[in-house]
Amino acid sequence: MASYSISNPEANSNRSRESKRKKRRKMGSGNQIEENKMEPARWKTEAEQQIYSSKLIAALRQVRQNSTSTVTASPAGGRVIRETADRVLAVSAKGRTRWSRAILTNPLRLKLSRINNKHKKHKKMKVTGDVRSKKPVANKRLPALQQKVRVLGRLVPGCRKLSFPNLLEEATDYIAALEMQVRAMTALTGLLTGAGVRPEAVSSDRLGSNLS
Amino acid sequence: MSSRRSRSRQSGVSRITDDQIADLVTKLQQLIPELRNRSSDKVSASTVLQETCNYIRSLHREVDDLSDRLSELLASTDSNSAQAAIIRSLLMQ
Repeated sequence: MASYSISNPEANSNRSRESKRKKRRKMGSGNQIEENKMEPARWKTEAEQQIYSSKLIAALRQVRQNSTSTVTASPAGGRVIRETADRVLAVSAKGRTRWSRAILTNPLRLKLSRINNKHKKHKKMKVTGDVRSKKPVANKRLPALQQKVRVLGRLVPGCRKLSFPNLLEEATDYIAALEMQVRAMTALTGLLTGAGVRPEAVSSDRLGSNLS
Repeated sequence: MSSRRSRSRQSGVSRITDDQIADLVTKLQQLIPELRNRSSDKVSASTVLQETCNYIRSLHREVDDLSDRLSELLASTDSNSAQAAIIRSLLMQ
């Protein structure tokens, strides 16, 4: 950025206007990493987990009310809950990250593409590796590394064609969010398991900690 | 390995320097519990990426398992009292 200001005083004003316009765009390029910084640490806060848990419970109740009880009991019930949990997680991200937007906009496409990629992976992995090493890759990364980057891009929803630094940013936030999701769902499962056996012990423990 | 500088003739979308990449990889390494305690000199970027993929996959699997368990639990405990107790305890924190 310093090079811009030094080069030309007249062009400077134009360039600064252009760079400001670029900054306003949501999905900034690699230059604008600073503007798009999300803090993955917020997924670690207790408050965030509470919000997620309550939203998840509300969503699950709605799902149960919409469908008959037989749906949730069948093997597909787990998938329904997984999708609900992912959707609620994406909502909690408040649209600031690419993976959350991808989850919310095309859930069906994600499922299909995941199935398709599983088939394609076995066939095309080696071939594409050779082809890509011959093309002039600007950053001169080894094809093995490139393949891993691609695998990572497939794992994080909606990030298949992202540039490397953006992909790492998204992956960072996605991992933190997934960890929170696991924590929240584990706690919820624990509550459900405990509530079935010892309802008084569980609820009084939590209430007790509140009162003291 | 001689020229590591990013070329200025790139597509204008990303001027990624290797330092930036190394920095991000280090940041990523800190998130993964397996690699957190290893010094960043000894861990290559390839390892970090591989472990990241493995970690994300294992997290996905955990969420899947938890969803299955949750669906079973929700189906079995159909009584409203259990769910009401949960909601109450969660909301009162």
